[in-house]
Amino acid sequence: MTQAVSPQPGFWKKNQQKLAPWLFLAPGFLMFIIYVLVPIFESIWISFHDWDGLGAKVWIGLGNYAELLQDDDFYTSLKNNIIWLVLYLLSIPAGLAVALFLNQTVPGIRLYKSLFFFPFVLSQVVVGLMFTWFYAPDFGLFSKLIEEITGQQIAILADERFVTYGIIVAGLWPQTAYCMILYLTGLNNINPEQVEAARMDGAKGLKLLWHVILPQLAPATFIAMVVTVIGSLRSFDLVSIMTAGGPYGSSQVLSYFMYEQALSEYGFRMGYGAAIAVVLFLIMMVFITLFIVRMIAQERNA
Amino acid sequence: MFPTPIQKALPFVQTTYKVVLPIALVLWLLPLIGVALTSVRPASDLAAGNYFGIPSGFAGIENYTAVFRDSPIGLYILNSFKVTIPTVIGAVALSCLTGFALAVYRFKGNLVLFFLFVAGNFIPFQILMVPVRDMTLRAGLYDTTLGLVLFHVAFQTGFCTLFMRNFIKGLPFALIESARVEGVSEWRIFRYIVLPLMRPAIAALSVLVFTFVWNDYFWATVLVQGQHAMPVTAGLYSLNGQWVAAWHLVSAGSIVAALPPVAMFFLMQRHFIAGLTLGATKG
Repeated sequence: MTQAVSPQPGFWKKNQQKLAPWLFLAPGFLMFIIYVLVPIFESIWISFHDWDGLGAKVWIGLGNYAELLQDDDFYTSLKNNIIWLVLYLLSIPAGLAVALFLNQTVPGIRLYKSLFFFPFVLSQVVVGLMFTWFYAPDFGLFSKLIEEITGQQIAILADERFVTYGIIVAGLWPQTAYCMILYLTGLNNINPEQVEAARMDGAKGLKLLWHVILPQLAPATFIAMVVTVIGSLRSFDLVSIMTAGGPYGSSQVLSYFMYEQALSEYGFRMGYGAAIAVVLFLIMMVFITLFIVRMIAQERNA
Repeated sequence: MFPTPIQKALPFVQTTYKVVLPIALVLWLLPLIGVALTSVRPASDLAAGNYFGIPSGFAGIENYTAVFRDSPIGLYILNSFKVTIPTVIGAVALSCLTGFALAVYRFKGNLVLFFLFVAGNFIPFQILMVPVRDMTLRAGLYDTTLGLVLFHVAFQTGFCTLFMRNFIKGLPFALIESARVEGVSEWRIFRYIVLPLMRPAIAALSVLVFTFVWNDYFWATVLVQGQHAMPVTAGLYSLNGQWVAAWHLVSAGSIVAALPPVAMFFLMQRHFIAGLTLGATKG
């Protein structure tokens, strides 16, 4: 009866396999379009305007970008982003070192591994507060240490020369934990026969690590690279918590500079902020493209 | 195994390793230990300049009571749950569907869509900030937990799709084939054959998304202004501004804010690490 009433079931039966993926994709992809894909293009559009977020947008073409090129804070942010990027990469060898140190089977080692991983679970807000307090002049443990060594007091977070490095150290703490766990998993899956064969041939220590172990850890290294590069360029929380870009804007990074300009206390500059965001986006797209190209190659091989 | 198992080393080396291990751990966790100690320190210690020494007494109960009594941190925590739990449910549910679609069907644009999700996962938040804030305002969702939930669900779906799709690809495809031969509908294949096998992936993603969203600070400051909807990360930051030099309270507040994801991690450790290290072994 029902089949006679409507031609739908027949149509559905025939085309089910073609339509099903789109129906399964629809809700998730729709959300993704609304909140991620479209806003990227909107931001690019807004970056060509002067806009306070409330009134009408005024088209100024490349005006925001021209202003950016004259803005000292922009260059400070860019420079700091590069420092972040380079130094953040240290978490990869550091994570590998910790992983090698912990890759043993002694009683309680599982607990040790979890506790070494612990900093990654903490919010960056908490990490930022911890390190601010660590660096606090007069009483901070780290400041005391520096005073012991150099004989002079240095307020890390109030000193233009050191502030960015101080924040990066705080960032390296959880990031190293992250890389460590990636490498621990990688080490767990190493082909033991190859290692034994290499040992038979007399390879050991650093040589064995470099020629036999590291190539097998390549997938872990790749993921560690991706999350570290992306994480370094995304750095916002720690800068906001520890210094708010100060002193005198010397610890600015593009992400925080953008936020500050767009939602400035002196009036919202959404257009200018969007222009900064576009620059950051383009920088990150270079890395994202590299990563995706490699991932596609892997996908083809699989 | 690499490095060489310590059991094969000289007894002296073995002992050294066992001694160095706890010392290294204490040094590694020093910032955390400092904060934990300070959170139970009497206020008088701070006044006397005893910041890093042994606390002169145990004031944990006073400090933690003071944090909950004198600040809205209880409300902030509640808000964080109101944001985090619906996000976990939403993002995991949506990505079960998208992951299934991308893993099981061959169609034009499959890989393009997949990598669109992957790439979306890596972009800077700032490129989304102005439009998302504007959209949330216009929808009347600014300053609400729902506004945060909707954004987080959409954004986390990118990461979750990557995860789910790769997980389903690893399942035996023959199961699905034979069900199709028997005429089982696509929806029932998803619901009764694939979904039950996805339990470990769902568990892993749930803990990860919980942690990511709980710890989010950027969107909490961009999409929320008032106390009534503020998650604990943003709340803690504003409290830090009020409690100048009251480090024992800031510390206690930090510990409270960190507790839920930490508890989640220790309870679901295996899943957490399985999720985080996805792809670290093959490829």
